[in-house]
Order: sequence, then structure tokens, then C-alpha cells
Amino acid sequence: MSDVALFVPCYIDQFYPQVGLATVDLLERFGIRADFPEAQTCCGQPMANSGCFADAAPLAKKFLDVFSRYRYVVCPSGSCTSMVREHYVNLLRGEPKIAAMRGKVYELCEFLHDVVQAKPRGRFPHRVGLHQSCHGLRELRLASGSERRIAAFDKVRDLLAGLEGIQLVELARQDECCGFGGTFAVSEEAISCAMGKDRIADHERAGAEVIAGADMSCLMHLQGLLRRQQKPLRVMHVAEVLAEATT
Amino acid sequence: MRATHEVHIGSAEGTKGVAQRPIPSPVPTNGASPNQLQHSSHPGVQLHEHPTKAAAFVANDARLHWHDQAVWFLRGKRDRVSSAFPEWEQLRALGSHIKAHTLSRLAEYLEQFERNALALGARVHWALNAEEHNRIVHSILADHGVTRVVKSKSMLTEECHLNPYLESQGIEVVDTDLGERIVQLRREAPSHIVMPAIHLKKEDIGELFHEKLGAPPGLSDPKALTELARQHLREKFLAAQAGITGVNFAIAETGGFVVCTNEGNADLSTALPPLHIACMGIEKVVPRAKDLGVFLRVLARSATGQPITSYTSHFHGPRPGGELHIVIVDNGRSRILQREEYRRSLHCIRCGACMNTCPVYRRSGGHSYGVTVPGPIGSVLAPHLNPAAHASLPFASTLCGSCSDVCPVKVDLHHQLLMWRGELGRAHLVPIEKRLGSAIGGWILARTWAYRFFGKVMRRLLPRLPRALVYNRWNAWGRQRELPEAPAQSFREMYRRRRGN
Repeated sequence: MSDVALFVPCYIDQFYPQVGLATVDLLERFGIRADFPEAQTCCGQPMANSGCFADAAPLAKKFLDVFSRYRYVVCPSGSCTSMVREHYVNLLRGEPKIAAMRGKVYELCEFLHDVVQAKPRGRFPHRVGLHQSCHGLRELRLASGSERRIAAFDKVRDLLAGLEGIQLVELARQDECCGFGGTFAVSEEAISCAMGKDRIADHERAGAEVIAGADMSCLMHLQGLLRRQQKPLRVMHVAEVLAEATT
Repeated sequence: MRATHEVHIGSAEGTKGVAQRPIPSPVPTNGASPNQLQHSSHPGVQLHEHPTKAAAFVANDARLHWHDQAVWFLRGKRDRVSSAFPEWEQLRALGSHIKAHTLSRLAEYLEQFERNALALGARVHWALNAEEHNRIVHSILADHGVTRVVKSKSMLTEECHLNPYLESQGIEVVDTDLGERIVQLRREAPSHIVMPAIHLKKEDIGELFHEKLGAPPGLSDPKALTELARQHLREKFLAAQAGITGVNFAIAETGGFVVCTNEGNADLSTALPPLHIACMGIEKVVPRAKDLGVFLRVLARSATGQPITSYTSHFHGPRPGGELHIVIVDNGRSRILQREEYRRSLHCIRCGACMNTCPVYRRSGGHSYGVTVPGPIGSVLAPHLNPAAHASLPFASTLCGSCSDVCPVKVDLHHQLLMWRGELGRAHLVPIEKRLGSAIGGWILARTWAYRFFGKVMRRLLPRLPRALVYNRWNAWGRQRELPEAPAQSFREMYRRRRGN
């Protein structure tokens, strides 16, 4: 048994298997052969964000049961990671396993940057717009963000910036939300799509060929809009970019 | 808590009992206490208010983008001035700590403020709720035979709906903040707490002034429009018998208070008429005068990107020959104070930065929230008063967290929004489609076999179904977006094959 477990969010498992595989490849490239515990399903965020904490609690419990025995849990989603790290305390009050889990669950880029201290080298000759996913940014603090007045840092950008040929384009609004927001995407459909279209327009104006991000859920929303409008802009998970570049 | 008590100048008697006064127990106002929420069959329940109104706002694409840019412009200015400020984050932390400290002994500081305000010659009134606040203000005005009042911007009086109340009692109230006057003339609520008429274009205002103030038709030059409003308001100032202001900061150690405006209208409202009534929420008190050095530095910078408001007016007792009344209002605030997970929302200094940064607010407009204080802070405050009526507001957010990071007093807005969702869920104040989806999804996801089975069924079925069936009228995702393509194999199936087991 490896001491690193891979948590692949449900929608990635079902709709974006290539992102999961890219995550596996990438970790292996840095010498980490992670376990994939088969009992895993979903972190519970869709239910919790809908206000149905009671429906989310058993999933939080299940997550802790499946993953607590590992030293590290790595997940290619900032949003799901922040659900576990920041919000399980509200779902399972007094659950003793949460405190330890908070210290060992990592978003993929965070894990590569902070724990593995990876410096990915490879080639990705494209103009890339980096989509900062909000939960990665403002819950996990993967970057300093545009609001706070602290020394600037950006872990996801650092991982990408080492690739040869990559051009990271400058956006007019560097970290505005794409409007996905989980069930918000459906219950506030009008605003959600208006936000998504604005985000896409920002990337287009900046000349991006690829929108890359560390959360496939944001990218699924943007991809849905792009495909409906038959636009050439593509979306890629950061794991896919790094896996493709470092082959 | 006493219903109301008026304390006369220099009287120490009136302050007795405040120290002994326990923090008021939860008082349901027009809603129910969170522990006894109504079921969603209740007629006052509004589960879809925000999305419905927001969709109407979004329908006008040009106006939506104009509004988004107009409000984002303020966020940009805030970014620029705060960047030139090395101690910005320290000030945020300090402001937050001062507020937390003050709230931890709020009764003491309010009492101290009352004592010192009395010593300065002010009169102090306590109001439990909006109705009581309105009655107190009216009784002061009635005692003085006042029929014409000017008012500078006060979100508290908006929250209490003071204007319609006074008007129903035959008193003319004129809002003197330009934005407030504009929305007052349109008989609508402010759409932003700092820029009440941010939803209107100059052409809209020209049309309004043509109709109401005799402006020539088609006038849209901001300077000419402002001059017209200025002349109109000057007459009102001169004719007024009383002035009402809000309070930005009340200082416990001095008994004075501060009102911030950009137009100087609070000064005119109080310098011309002999009677000044200042209305403040209980959370407006700060311990020391020097605390202003923290809050005044972040207030205008956060709000509009100005270093400071054009006017920062300090009031210490009535002006010579005049009378000053201070009305201290609870209106549900002590109930928030008792709930630790929501307490920080009382730090709010009403700068509006959370609205300016909120991608949902910018694209749905302030009126879509249906409350006096819109945006993220409004969405965490409103459900305290009436959870059923404002049940859609905690969901009017992607929980992106930008609000929490711009807040100059570190209110954990997006976490409070999530806490509210949980609370509304427990009270069955979540739309049925969310509850059903969540129950079914939760059941499936709690069982690995069910998850795998239904996942496979969905992936097999989706590509084979006719497009018209998948993109049906109830598929809100598919209205403007494609669904992701369903792969033949899930990750776990591919992974297992690759690992060879």
C-alpha cells in the first residue's frame, strides 16, 4: 500500500477520466505511485452547497473512512479539497478524524508544489489563460489573489511557468469567478451563464488558445458554453497540460 | 429590554439599568426565530426570488455589462488605492479585532456612549425594532411640530422604512444624498448602499428630472443634472425644520459620533434646521476616538477608492440653541450577536466593497435581492429577520469568496452564506428540486455499488438518447451549455485496466 491516496472527484471519474489518468501519470513522473481506493465516491459538496447537510454528512463520513489511513490524500480539484479541509467540520460536528484529515488532504498542484516540490520541465508551446478556481484560490490559498495586499505568489502558475514555449496570457480580471458554483449553475442559470460568457470573453481578448485550470468543474461549465457557441478555445485541466508537456 | 426610554439632558437616571440589562433574548420580528422556521408551504416563503429577478436583469445584455463595468470600476479603484498602502492587511486585522472586542462587551460600550452623549447634551432613545424606531422619530418630530424634514443617507432608516412611515403621518421627508433623492423621486429602493442609484444611467436621470424637477427634455449632462438637483435640494434644506442623519461611528469614550458623506449633505441637514435626529444600529459603537484612525482609513478606500470621504463630520452634542436626539436601534442585531457563527457580520461598516466585487451582484443588480442591503452582506443579514422571505439570498452566490477577501473588517461572508444554506435546509426552506436531487444523489453516492451502477447507466444512456429529449425544457444546464460528452469508460474502469487487475 502506498501512503498516498488519489481522490478522483465523481464528475471527473464519470465524465473526464483522462484528467484522472493525467493525474496518475503526473504523480508517477515524480515518483509517486498513488493508491486509488475503490470505495470512494463523492466528497458531498453538491449536497452541502445545496443546504442539504444531512445528505452530505454520510458522504463526509464515508470519505473519512476510506481515506483516513493514508498519509496523503491528493485530489485534482481545489473545490473538493476545500470541502474536505474547510467544511467537513460543519457537517460532522465533533468527528475526531477531521482534524488529521485537514492536514493530509491536498489539491494536486498544492501537493506537487509544496510537498513534492516539483519543478515540471517539458514543452507546451501554446498561449494559455490560467483560470483561477475560486475555492483553490480563496479557500486553499493556491495564490495570493487580487483582493489581498500580501506578497504575490501563485502555485499553479509556478508549475506551468517552467514549461518551455508556454505563454501565460494576462487577463483583464485575473481571478473573477466563472459562475459555475455547483448547483448555482442550474438554480441561477442566467447569472451563471452570463458570468461564464464574460470569463470566456476575457480569455479570448487575451489571445488564449487554451483555458487551463485546477478545477474541472469550472472548466466543464466553460466548455459547455464554448461548445454550444462552437468556439475554438479549448479547456484543459492543469494535470493534462503538465502530463502532456512532460511526456 | 425596555420598550423605549427617553433620557433627558444630564439625567443619570435614564442610564441605570442598562448594565443590568441582559442581552435581549431572540425576538422574532416579522419572521420566526431560526429554530422555529415556517415550513415552505407558508405564504411568505420566497425560494426563487433572486434567480427570477436576476434572470430579468440579465435579459438586457447591454445594460448588464454596463452595470457590471460601472460597479467593477469601483473595485478597480479600491485595488489601486489599497495597493499603495503597505499596512492594508494589518488595518483589516486591526479593524476586525476592534469590532470583535467591541461586540464582546457591546452593552458596556453602548452604555458608556449613552452616558457621554448625555453629558454632551444629547438625548438618547433606545428602539427594539423598526416600528419602535419609526415611532420614536415621529414622536420627536411631532413634539416639535415638524412637517418638513431633510435626511442624509442612512441605511438604517431605509431598513426601518422610515420614509413611508413619516409620509403616512403627514411629514415630508426629503433625501438629500443625490443618489438617494433620485431613487426617492422614482419611488424605489436604493440598489447599492453607497451608490443608491448605480443602476441608473444619466439618461434615466435626465428623464426623471424632466418629469419631476422641470428639466428640459433630453438633458443628460451630469454637471447640469447635478446643478439642477443642487438648486432643488437647497430649497428643501432651507425650508426644513429638522434634519435626520445616520451614524457611521459612535464613540463610546466621547459620546460623539461621525457621519461620512461625499456631498456635505449631512452637514447642511444638521446646520440649518435646529433639530437633529441621528439614527444608529447598536453595532455602530467603537470604544475610542483613536479607533477612527483605523476605520476611516479603510472605509472610503474600500467603498469607492477615495482616500477618505469628502466630508467626515464629527458631532459632539447639539449645536448651540439646537437639540440632538440619538436613536439607538436593535432591530434583530442582538439576535445575530448571540449566534457565534454569524456574529462577525456585525463588524460590517457598510462600505459596499462586497457588492462591488461580487460577480453575482454586478450582474443581477441590487434590486434583485429585494432587501435594503443587497449583495453578500445583505444576503447574510436578511435571513436573520425573516428566513422564509429571503430564503433565496444565501444561494445567490457561487461562494467564490471574493467578498470575504475585500471586506475591510474581515467578515467571513461566504462561509456565513454556506452556514445559512445549511440552516435553511434544516428548515425545509430549500427549493424542492434541490432537496430531491440532494436526497437521491446522496443516497446513490453513499453506496459505491449504486454510484458505479448509475454512473454506467448514465454514460451508456446519454449518448444514445435523442438530443431533444436530453435538452428538454427542464434541463437548465443545457439551455445555453452543452453537457459534457459521456465517455464509454469511467476513470476507475480505465485505471483498473491499466493496473491490470
